[in-house]
Amino acid sequence: MRSSAAVEVAGLVKRYGSRTAVDGLDLTVARGTVTAFLGPNGAGKTTTIETCEGYRRPDSGTVRVLGLDPVTQGAELRPRIGVMLQSGGIYPTARVEETLRHMATLHAHPLDVTALIDRLGLGGCGRTPYRRLSGGQQQRLALALALVGRPELVFLDEPTAGLDPQARHATWELVRDLRADGVTVLLTTHYMDEAEELSDDVAIVDGGKVIAQGTPEVLCKGGAENTLRFSGRPGLDLTSLLKALPAETAAVELSPGSYRLTGTVDPQLLATVTSWCAQNGVLPDRISVERRTLEDVFLELTGRGLRA
Amino acid sequence: MTDTKTAGTYAPKPGAAPLSRMVRAQAWLETRTQLRNGEQLLLTVIIPTLLLVLFSAVDIVDTGKGSRVDFLAPGILALAMLSTAFTGQAIATGFERRYGVLKRLGASPLPRWGLMTAKTCSVLAIEALQVLLLTVVALALGWSPHGNPATVLLLLLLGTAAFSGLGLLMAGTLKAEATLAGANLVFILLLVGGGVIVPLDKFPDAAQSALQLLPISALSDGLRDVLRHGTGVPWADLGVLAVWAVLGLGAAARFFKWE
Repeated sequence: MRSSAAVEVAGLVKRYGSRTAVDGLDLTVARGTVTAFLGPNGAGKTTTIETCEGYRRPDSGTVRVLGLDPVTQGAELRPRIGVMLQSGGIYPTARVEETLRHMATLHAHPLDVTALIDRLGLGGCGRTPYRRLSGGQQQRLALALALVGRPELVFLDEPTAGLDPQARHATWELVRDLRADGVTVLLTTHYMDEAEELSDDVAIVDGGKVIAQGTPEVLCKGGAENTLRFSGRPGLDLTSLLKALPAETAAVELSPGSYRLTGTVDPQLLATVTSWCAQNGVLPDRISVERRTLEDVFLELTGRGLRA
Repeated sequence: MTDTKTAGTYAPKPGAAPLSRMVRAQAWLETRTQLRNGEQLLLTVIIPTLLLVLFSAVDIVDTGKGSRVDFLAPGILALAMLSTAFTGQAIATGFERRYGVLKRLGASPLPRWGLMTAKTCSVLAIEALQVLLLTVVALALGWSPHGNPATVLLLLLLGTAAFSGLGLLMAGTLKAEATLAGANLVFILLLVGGGVIVPLDKFPDAAQSALQLLPISALSDGLRDVLRHGTGVPWADLGVLAVWAVLGLGAAARFFKWE
Protein backbone atom coordinates (compact mmCIF):
# COMPACT_ATOMS: atom_id res chain seq x y z
CA MET A 1 0.00 0.00 0.00
CA ARG A 2 1.36 3.36 -0.97
CA SER A 3 1.05 5.90 1.79
CA SER A 4 0.51 9.47 0.73
CA ALA A 5 3.02 11.03 3.14
CA ALA A 6 6.76 10.46 2.93
CA VAL A 7 7.13 10.49 6.69
CA GLU A 8 4.41 9.92 9.27
CA VAL A 9 5.34 10.04 12.92
CA ALA A 10 2.59 9.72 15.52
CA GLY A 11 3.02 9.88 19.29
CA LEU A 12 6.71 9.03 19.12
CA VAL A 13 8.34 8.56 22.53
CA LYS A 14 12.04 7.80 22.95
CA ARG A 15 13.80 7.64 26.30
CA TYR A 16 17.48 7.28 27.10
CA GLY A 17 17.60 6.01 30.66
CA SER A 18 15.65 8.51 32.73
CA ARG A 19 15.84 11.25 30.11
CA THR A 20 12.95 11.56 27.68
CA ALA A 21 14.43 12.78 24.40
CA VAL A 22 11.22 12.63 22.38
CA ASP A 23 7.92 12.98 24.16
CA GLY A 24 4.87 12.26 22.04
CA LEU A 25 6.01 13.82 18.79
CA ASP A 26 3.78 14.02 15.70
CA LEU A 27 5.14 14.92 12.31
CA THR A 28 3.96 14.55 8.75
CA VAL A 29 6.16 15.23 5.76
CA ALA A 30 4.34 15.40 2.42
CA ARG A 31 5.99 13.81 -0.59
CA GLY A 32 7.95 16.12 -2.82
CA THR A 33 8.31 18.85 -0.21
CA VAL A 34 11.19 20.29 1.76
CA THR A 35 10.48 20.25 5.48
CA ALA A 36 12.71 21.95 8.01
CA PHE A 37 12.93 20.60 11.50
CA LEU A 38 13.84 23.51 13.76
CA GLY A 39 14.60 23.41 17.43
CA PRO A 40 17.10 24.24 20.13
CA ASN A 41 19.85 21.79 20.99
CA GLY A 42 18.50 18.74 22.76
CA ALA A 43 14.96 19.33 21.48
CA GLY A 44 14.79 15.83 20.03
CA LYS A 45 15.47 16.59 16.35
CA THR A 46 18.30 14.14 15.79
CA THR A 47 16.63 11.39 17.82
CA THR A 48 13.48 11.74 15.71
CA ILE A 49 15.41 11.71 12.44
CA GLU A 50 17.48 8.73 13.54
CA THR A 51 14.32 6.87 14.45
CA CYS A 52 13.02 7.53 10.93
CA GLU A 53 16.31 6.23 9.54
CA GLY A 54 15.92 3.01 11.51
CA TYR A 55 18.75 3.58 13.99
CA ARG A 56 16.49 3.83 17.03
CA ARG A 57 13.57 1.72 18.11
CA PRO A 58 10.63 3.83 19.35
CA ASP A 59 9.63 3.28 22.98
CA SER A 60 6.08 4.01 21.86
CA GLY A 61 4.25 5.59 18.96
CA THR A 62 4.43 4.74 15.30
CA VAL A 63 6.88 5.76 12.61
CA ARG A 64 6.24 5.15 8.92
CA VAL A 65 8.73 6.22 6.28
CA LEU A 66 7.62 5.83 2.67
CA GLY A 67 4.88 3.69 4.17
CA LEU A 68 7.37 1.32 5.80
CA ASP A 69 8.36 0.58 9.38
CA PRO A 70 12.06 1.57 9.60
CA VAL A 71 12.80 -1.11 12.21
CA THR A 72 11.07 -4.18 10.78
CA GLN A 73 11.19 -3.20 7.09
CA GLY A 74 14.61 -1.55 7.14
CA ALA A 75 16.05 -3.71 4.38
CA GLU A 76 13.31 -2.56 2.02
CA LEU A 77 13.51 1.06 3.16
CA ARG A 78 17.27 1.69 3.19
CA PRO A 79 17.88 1.67 -0.58
CA ARG A 80 15.13 4.29 -0.96
CA ILE A 81 16.46 6.88 1.48
CA GLY A 82 19.56 9.04 1.57
CA VAL A 83 21.15 9.85 4.89
CA MET A 84 23.51 12.65 5.86
CA LEU A 85 24.65 12.19 9.44
CA GLN A 86 25.77 15.06 11.64
CA SER A 87 29.07 13.25 12.11
CA GLY A 88 30.12 12.41 8.57
CA GLY A 89 30.59 8.67 9.08
CA ILE A 90 33.60 8.61 6.78
CA TYR A 91 36.98 7.06 7.56
CA PRO A 92 39.71 9.74 7.86
CA THR A 93 41.97 8.12 5.27
CA ALA A 94 39.17 7.38 2.79
CA ARG A 95 39.50 9.39 -0.41
CA VAL A 96 36.72 11.54 -1.82
CA GLU A 97 36.11 9.83 -5.12
CA GLU A 98 36.73 6.34 -3.76
CA THR A 99 34.20 6.90 -0.97
CA LEU A 100 31.56 8.20 -3.33
CA ARG A 101 32.16 5.51 -5.96
CA HIS A 102 31.86 2.88 -3.29
CA MET A 103 28.50 4.20 -2.10
CA ALA A 104 27.41 4.38 -5.74
CA THR A 105 28.32 0.70 -6.19
CA LEU A 106 25.93 -0.23 -3.40
CA HIS A 107 23.01 1.18 -5.42
CA ALA A 108 21.29 -0.04 -8.55
CA HIS A 109 21.00 3.25 -10.48
CA PRO A 110 23.44 5.72 -8.92
CA LEU A 111 24.11 9.27 -10.06
CA ASP A 112 27.12 9.98 -12.20
CA VAL A 113 29.88 10.29 -9.61
CA THR A 114 32.09 12.66 -11.58
CA ALA A 115 29.22 15.04 -12.26
CA LEU A 116 28.16 14.95 -8.62
CA ILE A 117 31.72 15.69 -7.46
CA ASP A 118 31.85 18.67 -9.81
CA ARG A 119 28.43 19.86 -8.77
CA LEU A 120 29.54 19.93 -5.14
CA GLY A 121 32.77 21.74 -5.92
CA LEU A 122 34.93 18.80 -4.91
CA GLY A 123 36.41 18.45 -8.40
CA GLY A 124 39.97 19.20 -7.35
CA CYS A 125 40.08 16.79 -4.44
CA GLY A 126 39.06 13.40 -5.80
CA ARG A 127 42.13 11.72 -4.31
CA THR A 128 42.25 13.78 -1.12
CA PRO A 129 41.72 11.83 2.10
CA TYR A 130 38.67 12.89 4.11
CA ARG A 131 40.72 14.21 7.05
CA ARG A 132 42.56 16.67 4.77
CA LEU A 133 39.34 18.27 3.52
CA SER A 134 38.11 21.56 4.98
CA GLY A 135 35.04 21.39 7.20
CA GLY A 136 32.88 22.63 4.36
CA GLN A 137 34.26 20.05 1.93
CA GLN A 138 33.65 17.29 4.47
CA GLN A 139 30.04 18.42 4.81
CA ARG A 140 29.59 18.40 1.05
CA LEU A 141 31.03 14.91 0.72
CA ALA A 142 28.61 13.69 3.39
CA LEU A 143 25.81 15.37 1.43
CA ALA A 144 26.94 13.75 -1.81
CA LEU A 145 26.88 10.34 -0.10
CA ALA A 146 23.24 10.92 0.80
CA LEU A 147 22.32 11.71 -2.80
CA VAL A 148 24.36 9.33 -4.92
CA GLY A 149 21.87 6.44 -4.71
CA ARG A 150 19.05 8.56 -6.21
CA PRO A 151 16.82 8.30 -3.15
CA GLU A 152 13.15 9.27 -2.94
CA LEU A 153 13.67 10.85 0.45
CA VAL A 154 16.75 12.40 2.01
CA PHE A 155 17.43 13.16 5.66
CA LEU A 156 19.92 15.98 6.09
CA ASP A 157 21.03 16.56 9.66
CA GLU A 158 22.35 20.14 9.79
CA PRO A 159 23.56 20.15 6.18
CA THR A 160 25.07 23.64 6.31
CA ALA A 161 26.47 23.75 9.84
CA GLY A 162 29.86 25.44 9.68
CA LEU A 163 29.73 26.26 5.96
CA ASP A 164 30.86 29.61 4.56
CA PRO A 165 28.18 31.74 2.87
CA GLN A 166 29.09 30.63 -0.68
CA ALA A 167 28.94 26.95 0.24
CA ARG A 168 25.66 27.49 2.11
CA HIS A 169 24.05 29.10 -0.90
CA ALA A 170 25.35 26.35 -3.16
CA THR A 171 23.87 23.74 -0.82
CA TRP A 172 20.55 25.60 -0.83
CA GLU A 173 20.62 25.61 -4.60
CA LEU A 174 21.14 21.86 -4.56
CA VAL A 175 18.24 21.32 -2.16
CA ARG A 176 16.02 23.35 -4.50
CA ASP A 177 17.12 21.17 -7.41
CA LEU A 178 16.28 18.06 -5.41
CA ARG A 179 12.84 19.42 -4.74
CA ALA A 180 12.35 20.37 -8.38
CA ASP A 181 13.20 16.79 -9.35
CA GLY A 182 10.66 15.38 -6.91
CA VAL A 183 12.91 14.32 -4.03
CA THR A 184 11.42 14.75 -0.55
CA VAL A 185 13.79 16.46 1.87
CA LEU A 186 13.65 16.50 5.66
CA LEU A 187 16.40 18.66 7.11
CA THR A 188 17.28 19.86 10.56
CA THR A 189 18.81 23.26 11.03
CA HIS A 190 19.54 25.98 13.54
CA TYR A 191 19.45 28.64 10.85
CA MET A 192 16.12 30.42 10.57
CA ASP A 193 16.98 31.98 7.24
CA GLU A 194 17.75 28.52 5.90
CA ALA A 195 14.37 27.20 7.00
CA GLU A 196 12.60 30.27 5.64
CA GLU A 197 14.51 30.18 2.38
CA LEU A 198 14.22 26.49 1.57
CA SER A 199 11.25 24.89 3.13
CA ASP A 200 7.65 24.39 2.17
CA ASP A 201 6.95 23.41 5.70
CA VAL A 202 8.57 24.13 9.05
CA ALA A 203 8.15 22.05 12.19
CA ILE A 204 9.37 23.70 15.36
CA VAL A 205 10.29 21.17 17.99
CA ASP A 206 11.03 21.74 21.65
CA GLY A 207 11.02 19.47 24.66
CA GLY A 208 10.58 16.45 22.41
CA LYS A 209 7.34 17.69 20.81
CA VAL A 210 6.42 19.57 17.66
CA ILE A 211 5.06 22.82 19.06
CA ALA A 212 4.21 24.47 15.74
CA GLN A 213 4.08 23.33 12.14
CA GLY A 214 3.15 25.18 8.98
CA THR A 215 4.53 27.07 6.02
CA PRO A 216 7.01 29.80 6.97
CA GLU A 217 4.41 32.42 5.89
CA VAL A 218 1.67 30.99 8.09
CA LEU A 219 3.97 30.64 11.08
CA CYS A 220 5.17 34.21 10.70
CA LYS A 221 1.67 35.60 10.32
CA GLY A 222 0.05 33.84 13.24
CA GLY A 223 -0.29 35.44 16.66
CA ALA A 224 1.74 38.59 17.04
CA GLU A 225 1.15 41.74 15.02
CA ASN A 226 3.22 43.31 12.34
CA THR A 227 4.84 46.70 12.41
CA LEU A 228 5.02 49.75 10.15
CA ARG A 229 7.58 52.44 10.87
CA PHE A 230 8.10 55.83 9.30
CA SER A 231 9.75 59.13 10.04
CA GLY A 232 8.31 62.59 9.49
CA ARG A 233 7.92 65.91 11.17
CA PRO A 234 7.79 65.64 14.97
CA GLY A 235 4.47 65.99 16.77
CA LEU A 236 2.06 64.64 14.16
CA ASP A 237 -1.53 64.22 15.33
CA LEU A 238 -1.72 60.45 15.57
CA THR A 239 -5.31 60.52 16.83
CA SER A 240 -6.54 61.72 13.47
CA LEU A 241 -4.46 59.03 11.76
CA LEU A 242 -5.89 56.29 13.96
CA LYS A 243 -9.44 57.43 13.10
CA ALA A 244 -8.75 56.44 9.50
CA LEU A 245 -7.32 53.01 10.48
CA PRO A 246 -8.87 49.75 11.72
CA ALA A 247 -9.75 49.78 15.39
CA GLU A 248 -7.04 47.41 16.67
CA THR A 249 -4.19 49.47 15.18
CA ALA A 250 -1.93 51.26 17.64
CA ALA A 251 0.39 54.18 16.93
CA VAL A 252 3.15 55.73 18.96
CA GLU A 253 5.81 58.42 18.46
CA LEU A 254 8.86 56.55 19.70
CA SER A 255 11.15 59.55 19.60
CA PRO A 256 10.49 62.97 18.05
CA GLY A 257 9.68 62.37 14.38
CA SER A 258 9.90 58.58 14.56
CA TYR A 259 6.58 56.72 14.45
CA ARG A 260 5.55 53.13 14.85
CA LEU A 261 2.23 51.53 13.97
CA THR A 262 1.34 48.01 15.04
CA GLY A 263 -1.59 46.01 13.77
CA THR A 264 -2.55 44.12 10.68
CA VAL A 265 -0.24 45.69 8.17
CA ASP A 266 -1.76 45.08 4.75
CA PRO A 267 -1.67 47.07 1.47
CA GLN A 268 -4.87 48.89 2.51
CA LEU A 269 -3.32 50.11 5.73
CA LEU A 270 -0.18 51.30 3.94
CA ALA A 271 -2.30 53.21 1.41
CA THR A 272 -4.35 54.82 4.18
CA VAL A 273 -1.20 55.92 6.02
CA THR A 274 0.43 57.45 2.94
CA SER A 275 -2.75 59.26 1.86
CA TRP A 276 -3.16 60.64 5.40
CA CYS A 277 0.47 61.83 5.16
CA ALA A 278 -0.31 63.49 1.82
CA GLN A 279 -3.33 65.26 3.28
CA ASN A 280 -1.17 66.54 6.12
CA GLY A 281 1.72 67.58 3.90
CA VAL A 282 4.10 65.05 5.45
CA LEU A 283 6.69 63.24 3.41
CA PRO A 284 7.03 59.91 5.23
CA ASP A 285 10.72 59.19 5.27
CA ARG A 286 12.27 55.75 5.83
CA ILE A 287 8.92 54.02 5.65
CA SER A 288 9.23 50.32 6.35
CA VAL A 289 7.00 47.33 6.92
CA GLU A 290 8.37 44.69 9.24
CA ARG A 291 7.12 41.20 9.03
CA ARG A 292 7.73 38.84 11.91
CA THR A 293 10.65 36.67 10.97
CA LEU A 294 10.79 32.98 11.64
CA GLU A 295 13.40 33.79 14.22
CA ASP A 296 10.91 35.94 16.15
CA VAL A 297 8.39 33.12 16.02
CA PHE A 298 10.98 30.59 17.08
CA LEU A 299 12.15 32.64 20.04
CA GLU A 300 8.58 33.41 21.10
CA LEU A 301 7.78 29.72 21.09
CA THR A 302 10.94 28.30 22.60
CA GLY A 303 11.91 31.18 24.88
CA ARG A 304 14.93 33.41 24.84
CA GLY A 305 16.80 31.81 27.71
CA LEU A 306 20.01 29.97 26.99
CA ARG A 307 19.74 26.21 27.08
CA ALA A 308 22.01 24.13 29.21
CA MET B 1 30.44 24.55 -7.46
CA THR B 2 29.92 24.29 -11.18
CA ASP B 3 26.40 24.19 -12.45
CA THR B 4 26.20 21.04 -14.50
CA LYS B 5 22.61 20.54 -13.49
CA THR B 6 20.06 19.50 -16.04
CA ALA B 7 16.46 18.98 -15.05
CA GLY B 8 15.76 15.50 -13.79
CA THR B 9 19.30 14.69 -12.67
CA TYR B 10 18.13 13.86 -9.17
CA ALA B 11 14.82 12.30 -10.16
CA PRO B 12 14.44 9.39 -7.72
CA LYS B 13 15.44 6.00 -9.02
CA PRO B 14 16.33 4.11 -5.89
CA GLY B 15 17.40 0.51 -5.57
CA ALA B 16 19.99 -1.71 -3.96
CA ALA B 17 22.75 -3.22 -6.05
CA PRO B 18 22.78 -7.05 -6.24
CA LEU B 19 24.01 -8.45 -2.95
CA SER B 20 27.06 -10.16 -4.44
CA ARG B 21 28.20 -6.87 -5.97
CA MET B 22 27.77 -5.04 -2.67
CA VAL B 23 29.73 -7.63 -0.70
CA ARG B 24 32.49 -7.77 -3.32
CA ALA B 25 32.79 -3.97 -3.40
CA GLN B 26 32.89 -3.75 0.39
CA ALA B 27 35.47 -6.53 0.69
CA TRP B 28 37.65 -4.92 -1.94
CA LEU B 29 37.42 -1.51 -0.24
CA GLU B 30 38.37 -3.00 3.14
CA THR B 31 41.28 -4.95 1.66
CA ARG B 32 42.63 -1.85 -0.11
CA THR B 33 42.30 0.22 3.04
CA GLN B 34 44.21 -2.36 5.06
CA LEU B 35 46.96 -2.76 2.50
CA ARG B 36 47.39 1.02 2.35
CA ASN B 37 47.77 1.33 6.08
CA GLY B 38 51.43 1.40 7.12
CA GLU B 39 50.94 0.32 10.74
CA GLN B 40 48.79 -2.61 9.66
CA LEU B 41 51.40 -3.73 7.14
CA LEU B 42 54.06 -3.58 9.84
CA LEU B 43 51.94 -5.91 11.94
CA THR B 44 50.74 -8.30 9.26
CA VAL B 45 53.71 -8.49 6.91
CA ILE B 46 56.91 -7.02 8.25
CA ILE B 47 56.93 -8.35 11.82
CA PRO B 48 56.07 -11.99 10.91
CA THR B 49 58.58 -12.01 8.04
CA LEU B 50 61.33 -10.47 10.15
CA LEU B 51 60.73 -12.86 13.01
CA LEU B 52 60.81 -15.82 10.64
CA VAL B 53 64.06 -14.72 9.04
CA LEU B 54 65.75 -13.57 12.23
CA PHE B 55 64.94 -16.55 14.44
CA SER B 56 65.64 -19.05 11.64
CA ALA B 57 69.02 -17.56 10.86
CA VAL B 58 70.22 -16.86 14.40
CA ASP B 59 70.10 -19.31 17.28
CA ILE B 60 68.37 -17.07 19.82
CA VAL B 61 65.75 -19.45 21.18
CA ASP B 62 66.34 -23.15 21.64
CA THR B 63 63.70 -24.72 19.42
CA GLY B 64 64.62 -28.30 20.22
CA LYS B 65 65.68 -30.98 17.80
CA GLY B 66 65.48 -30.45 14.05
CA SER B 67 65.89 -27.39 11.88
CA ARG B 68 64.84 -24.08 13.35
CA VAL B 69 62.75 -23.04 10.35
CA ASP B 70 60.69 -26.24 10.59
CA PHE B 71 59.78 -25.24 14.13
CA LEU B 72 59.29 -21.54 13.37
CA ALA B 73 57.32 -21.54 10.10
CA PRO B 74 54.11 -23.05 11.57
CA GLY B 75 54.27 -20.67 14.56
CA ILE B 76 54.79 -17.64 12.33
CA LEU B 77 51.86 -18.72 10.16
CA ALA B 78 49.73 -18.81 13.29
CA LEU B 79 51.04 -15.37 14.25
CA ALA B 80 50.14 -14.04 10.81
CA MET B 81 46.55 -15.23 11.26
CA LEU B 82 46.50 -13.53 14.67
CA SER B 83 47.83 -10.26 13.22
CA THR B 84 45.15 -10.03 10.52
CA ALA B 85 42.07 -11.72 11.96
CA PHE B 86 42.48 -10.43 15.50
CA THR B 87 44.72 -7.37 15.83
CA GLY B 88 44.20 -5.80 12.41
CA GLN B 89 40.48 -6.46 12.30
CA ALA B 90 39.94 -5.27 15.88
CA ILE B 91 41.76 -1.99 15.32
CA ALA B 92 40.18 -1.27 11.92
CA THR B 93 36.67 -2.11 13.11
CA GLY B 94 37.13 -0.20 16.37
CA PHE B 95 38.02 2.97 14.51
CA GLU B 96 35.27 2.44 11.93
CA ARG B 97 32.87 2.33 14.81
CA ARG B 98 34.38 5.40 16.43
CA TYR B 99 34.26 7.46 13.19
CA GLY B 100 30.65 6.48 12.55
CA VAL B 101 31.56 4.49 9.42
CA LEU B 102 29.63 1.47 10.65
CA LYS B 103 26.68 3.70 11.50
CA ARG B 104 26.71 5.31 8.06
CA LEU B 105 26.90 1.91 6.35
CA GLY B 106 23.98 0.86 8.54
CA ALA B 107 21.78 3.26 6.55
CA SER B 108 23.08 1.99 3.21
CA PRO B 109 21.59 -0.90 1.24
CA LEU B 110 24.38 -3.21 2.45
CA PRO B 111 22.89 -5.36 5.23
CA ARG B 112 24.91 -5.96 8.39
CA TRP B 113 25.54 -9.58 7.65
CA GLY B 114 26.71 -8.52 4.19
CA LEU B 115 29.19 -6.19 5.86
CA MET B 116 30.44 -8.97 8.13
CA THR B 117 30.77 -11.31 5.14
CA ALA B 118 32.80 -8.66 3.35
CA LYS B 119 35.05 -8.22 6.38
CA THR B 120 35.63 -11.96 6.51
CA CYS B 121 36.45 -12.09 2.78
CA SER B 122 38.88 -9.23 3.23
CA VAL B 123 40.59 -10.97 6.18
CA LEU B 124 40.85 -14.19 4.18
CA ALA B 125 42.31 -12.37 1.17
CA ILE B 126 45.01 -10.73 3.26
CA GLU B 127 45.75 -14.00 5.03
CA ALA B 128 46.16 -15.72 1.67
CA LEU B 129 48.78 -13.13 0.72
CA GLN B 130 50.52 -13.61 4.07
CA VAL B 131 50.60 -17.40 3.73
CA LEU B 132 51.99 -17.08 0.21
CA LEU B 133 54.72 -14.65 1.26
CA LEU B 134 55.72 -16.53 4.42
CA THR B 135 55.74 -19.88 2.60
CA VAL B 136 58.08 -18.53 -0.05
CA VAL B 137 60.39 -17.01 2.58
CA ALA B 138 60.35 -20.17 4.71
CA LEU B 139 61.07 -22.39 1.71
CA ALA B 140 63.97 -20.12 0.83
CA LEU B 141 65.23 -20.65 4.39
CA GLY B 142 65.15 -24.41 3.88
CA TRP B 143 61.70 -25.29 5.26
CA SER B 144 60.43 -28.77 4.44
CA PRO B 145 56.71 -28.94 5.23
CA HIS B 146 54.82 -32.22 5.68
CA GLY B 147 51.23 -33.25 6.20
CA ASN B 148 47.92 -32.83 4.46
CA PRO B 149 47.28 -29.30 3.08
CA ALA B 150 43.54 -29.71 3.73
CA THR B 151 44.19 -30.19 7.44
CA VAL B 152 46.41 -27.10 7.42
CA LEU B 153 43.63 -25.12 5.71
CA LEU B 154 41.08 -26.33 8.27
CA LEU B 155 43.34 -25.22 11.12
CA LEU B 156 43.93 -21.81 9.53
CA LEU B 157 40.21 -21.24 8.95
CA LEU B 158 39.20 -22.30 12.44
CA GLY B 159 41.98 -20.15 13.89
CA THR B 160 40.73 -17.21 11.82
CA ALA B 161 37.20 -17.74 13.11
CA ALA B 162 38.43 -17.79 16.72
CA PHE B 163 40.60 -14.68 16.31
CA SER B 164 37.89 -12.80 14.39
CA GLY B 165 35.32 -13.43 17.11
CA LEU B 166 37.67 -12.11 19.80
CA GLY B 167 38.77 -9.16 17.67
CA LEU B 168 35.20 -8.11 16.85
CA LEU B 169 34.17 -8.55 20.48
CA MET B 170 36.91 -6.12 21.49
CA ALA B 171 36.17 -3.66 18.66
CA GLY B 172 32.45 -3.68 19.33
CA THR B 173 32.56 -3.13 23.07
CA LEU B 174 35.64 -1.03 23.90
CA LYS B 175 36.63 2.48 22.90
CA ALA B 176 38.75 2.65 19.76
CA GLU B 177 41.85 3.78 21.66
CA ALA B 178 41.45 0.96 24.19
CA THR B 179 41.07 -1.52 21.33
CA LEU B 180 44.20 -0.15 19.67
CA ALA B 181 46.27 -0.51 22.83
CA GLY B 182 44.69 -3.78 23.91
CA ALA B 183 44.90 -5.53 20.55
CA ASN B 184 48.59 -4.68 20.23
CA LEU B 185 49.30 -5.78 23.79
CA VAL B 186 47.52 -9.09 23.26
CA PHE B 187 49.49 -9.56 20.04
CA ILE B 188 52.79 -9.19 21.88
CA LEU B 189 51.76 -11.34 24.83
CA LEU B 190 50.53 -14.13 22.55
CA LEU B 191 53.65 -13.80 20.41
CA VAL B 192 55.73 -14.60 23.48
CA GLY B 193 53.44 -16.96 25.35
CA GLY B 194 51.59 -18.70 22.54
CA GLY B 195 54.19 -21.16 21.30
CA VAL B 196 54.96 -19.01 18.27
CA ILE B 197 58.71 -18.62 18.61
CA VAL B 198 59.24 -19.92 22.15
CA PRO B 199 58.32 -23.61 22.60
CA LEU B 200 55.68 -23.98 25.32
CA ASP B 201 57.78 -26.61 27.11
CA LYS B 202 60.17 -23.81 28.13
CA PHE B 203 57.45 -22.57 30.51
CA PRO B 204 56.78 -24.08 33.98
CA ASP B 205 54.33 -26.99 33.93
CA ALA B 206 51.46 -25.07 35.54
CA ALA B 207 51.77 -22.19 33.10
CA GLN B 208 52.09 -24.62 30.22
CA SER B 209 48.75 -26.29 30.77
CA ALA B 210 47.02 -22.90 30.87
CA LEU B 211 48.90 -21.52 27.86
CA GLN B 212 48.00 -24.60 25.82
CA LEU B 213 44.37 -23.53 25.96
CA LEU B 214 45.03 -20.22 24.21
CA PRO B 215 43.79 -20.11 20.60
CA ILE B 216 47.21 -19.05 19.33
CA SER B 217 48.87 -22.03 21.10
CA ALA B 218 46.30 -24.42 19.72
CA LEU B 219 46.84 -23.05 16.22
CA SER B 220 50.65 -23.00 16.31
CA ASP B 221 50.76 -26.42 18.00
CA GLY B 222 48.27 -27.92 15.56
CA LEU B 223 50.08 -26.47 12.53
CA ARG B 224 53.39 -27.72 13.90
CA ASP B 225 52.00 -31.23 14.45
CA VAL B 226 50.88 -31.39 10.84
CA LEU B 227 53.56 -29.43 9.01
CA ARG B 228 56.57 -30.58 11.03
CA HIS B 229 55.61 -34.07 12.11
CA GLY B 230 53.08 -34.99 9.45
CA THR B 231 50.43 -35.84 12.08
CA GLY B 232 46.98 -36.68 10.66
CA VAL B 233 44.35 -34.51 12.33
CA PRO B 234 45.22 -32.67 15.57
CA TRP B 235 41.77 -33.09 17.12
CA ALA B 236 42.60 -31.54 20.49
CA ASP B 237 43.88 -28.33 18.91
CA LEU B 238 40.93 -28.15 16.51
CA GLY B 239 38.65 -28.62 19.51
CA VAL B 240 40.25 -25.75 21.43
CA LEU B 241 39.97 -23.49 18.38
CA ALA B 242 36.34 -24.47 17.82
CA VAL B 243 35.44 -23.62 21.42
CA TRP B 244 37.13 -20.20 21.12
CA ALA B 245 35.42 -19.58 17.77
CA VAL B 246 31.97 -20.36 19.17
CA LEU B 247 32.51 -18.34 22.35
CA GLY B 248 34.16 -15.38 20.57
CA LEU B 249 31.74 -15.09 17.67
CA GLY B 250 28.78 -15.71 19.96
CA ALA B 251 29.86 -12.99 22.40
CA ALA B 252 30.62 -10.59 19.55
CA ALA B 253 27.19 -11.17 18.04
CA ARG B 254 25.59 -10.61 21.43
CA PHE B 255 27.54 -7.60 22.69
CA PHE B 256 28.72 -5.74 19.57
CA LYS B 257 27.57 -2.11 19.67
CA TRP B 258 27.38 -0.51 16.24
CA GLU B 259 27.64 3.08 17.51
